[in-house]
Amino acid sequence: MSEPKRAAPRVALFVTCLVDAMRPRVGFAALALLEAAGCRVEIPRGQTCCGQPALHAGDRDGGAALAKRTIALFEPYDAVVIPSGSCAKTVCVEYPEMFPAGSEWRARAEALAAKTFELLTYLADVRRWRPEGVALRGKATYHDSCAGLRELGVKRQPRALLAGVAGLEVVEMEGAETCCGFGGTFAVEYAAISNAIVTEKTASIDATGAELLLGGDLGCLMNMAGRLHREGSRVRAFHVAEVLAGMGEGPAIGEEE
Amino acid sequence: MTAAFTARTEQAIGDRTLKLAIDRTTGTARAKRAAAVADWPGFEQARELGRDIKDHVIAHLGHYLAEFERNAIASGAKVHWARTAEEACDITIRLCRSAGARSVTRAKSMLGEEIGLPHALAAAGIERVETDLAEHVVQLAGDRPSHIVWPALHKTREQVREMFAREHADPGPLDSVEAMVGSARRQLRMKFMAADVGISGANFLVADSGAVCTVTNEGNAELTTTPPRVHIVTAGIEKLVPSMAHATVLLRLLVRSATGAELTQYTTFHCGPKRPGDADGPDEFHIVLVDNGRTRMLREGLAEMLRCLRCGACLNHCVVYRQIGGHAYGGTYPGPMGAVLTPLLDGLPATQDLPRACTLNGQCAEVCPVKIPLPKLLRGWRDRSWREGLPPRTEVFGIGVWRFVAARPALYRLATRLALRSMRLFARGGWIRSMPFARGWTAHRDFPGPARRSFMEQIRGRGR
Repeated sequence: MSEPKRAAPRVALFVTCLVDAMRPRVGFAALALLEAAGCRVEIPRGQTCCGQPALHAGDRDGGAALAKRTIALFEPYDAVVIPSGSCAKTVCVEYPEMFPAGSEWRARAEALAAKTFELLTYLADVRRWRPEGVALRGKATYHDSCAGLRELGVKRQPRALLAGVAGLEVVEMEGAETCCGFGGTFAVEYAAISNAIVTEKTASIDATGAELLLGGDLGCLMNMAGRLHREGSRVRAFHVAEVLAGMGEGPAIGEEE
Repeated sequence: MTAAFTARTEQAIGDRTLKLAIDRTTGTARAKRAAAVADWPGFEQARELGRDIKDHVIAHLGHYLAEFERNAIASGAKVHWARTAEEACDITIRLCRSAGARSVTRAKSMLGEEIGLPHALAAAGIERVETDLAEHVVQLAGDRPSHIVWPALHKTREQVREMFAREHADPGPLDSVEAMVGSARRQLRMKFMAADVGISGANFLVADSGAVCTVTNEGNAELTTTPPRVHIVTAGIEKLVPSMAHATVLLRLLVRSATGAELTQYTTFHCGPKRPGDADGPDEFHIVLVDNGRTRMLREGLAEMLRCLRCGACLNHCVVYRQIGGHAYGGTYPGPMGAVLTPLLDGLPATQDLPRACTLNGQCAEVCPVKIPLPKLLRGWRDRSWREGLPPRTEVFGIGVWRFVAARPALYRLATRLALRSMRLFARGGWIRSMPFARGWTAHRDFPGPARRSFMEQIRGRGR
């Protein structure tokens, strides 16, 4: 994973459809962090969605069509960075599995997978970046989103990076690795089950006494933040990237700009 | 989402006693399993070995079945083959009838549930006595198992106490768990001795000896299989292992994953009928080997599921199972493993919710002692549902439109702008409390109001 120190890598930022529409601040935070970590960042204009909604619905053809355009769009770069474990998993794990072994698209998907990273992993493990001069007073708890945790090994990196934020105390919640019940369309289609799951999650979050809920996946964060707000909790939710980029004083998820 | 599944899940979620029962048992199981795994440095290697043993047997199923049959016959057993659930029940009932059986005792077996043996025995007018304590509870309640290891998991001990007081001949005070067990023991003991036939399942079928292995914590399998004149084993053909050495590798994985114990209280290898000079044992020993879809699994991309040891770890760790319990799944097998098996056993159209009602969080695969890629198999069912046109038409239409738009960036930006603008109409103070097309979400959760302008739109304004 060592890249030449002097030559700044040309990194494509894939912000994800959810960040693009729902919380652009996470995109700007990711951009700032990658630049601080010495990358030449580009934002390919043609980017839309990785195709996960089609893939999870069982629409393999739809998923493959979106995978092919995403591969073609991002393959010219030295690295592709995504502020979401779930979308990064789609590119890194699912794209290669979609095409038959030995095919041209399989090779291209594997090549892209090899240089695609979840943002916090890329910052911590590849760029060896550490926050400097970043401060945020408060007590936070971090939720391990499932795809990043189990498929990409995102566990230690966000915690290590957050440990470098002055004034921030991170406390572990009971069952940090337990799914929050989001699951994409699952949250709407099987809403009653999803709600029952997230209600156990918010109880663990509240029990920590933390004021901040942090995570690396916007979908999960919106699910937990939405439930916390409905319950009248005062816990505020941010993407880890926002905190690391010094944007943790701004509006939390669901708060007016 | 089908109406029947919705009704079952909503009923389950509304039942707080059920939730208490689920949390008690699965919570203890998770904690004990975690401790057992932490105490076993070789757990990961054992999982890989376990997976390899099962895969090897599945790849050479014909060879090991023939070897098992040969050795079982040599030990004095009679081996019967059943392609379907009906054939398996027919053979079993015929064996019971030719033994002149009025009463049979049964040691818990999920295969028995799968083939509908309790119903078949009732239809044949044969008294069935469930001897596993939890199965006894289920039978008294006229219920179905809700978990593959703890069939009565859905009942609290308070509910069981009430039922024992009502149903048992000599319940006594029932003021402790021990007293409740004592009452069940008094109730069952005479039935054990009076039964004409004992029916068990199998945890392993050992090819090189023809032995059948059962594990229990109550000793009920031994009391079921030893006193009656006839012992009938019903077993799925995937239970084969090459030898005792292989069985012990899988036993270690099975028991730790199921209960967190190192070994069950009773692990018995049943090998043939009573021989001359034996103090006890059955006069006849029958083994009914059941396919019921298992060879079809090999052909239909579900071979990995044949590794399953039925330990229940995936149920105990599943966030969905822990909210809805076993009955809501509607099949014999609940939880993640059930969501893979039930569409095969009961047909996909009626069960398509099971692979979809899953967040694909992967915890089931993480705890599986034989590394079954359960999320991958569930997604295989989703792919098939899609190909067969089973998902709701609104979803198929929605995904189709979204696919078209997401492949055209300019159109996608326009659609995003319009979507954000209309969503913002519903936002109050940053949050959306109710919104069309997202009622499922907003019934329980607020939805964060979206940005005024998307990231891609803002970035263009900044000249990047």
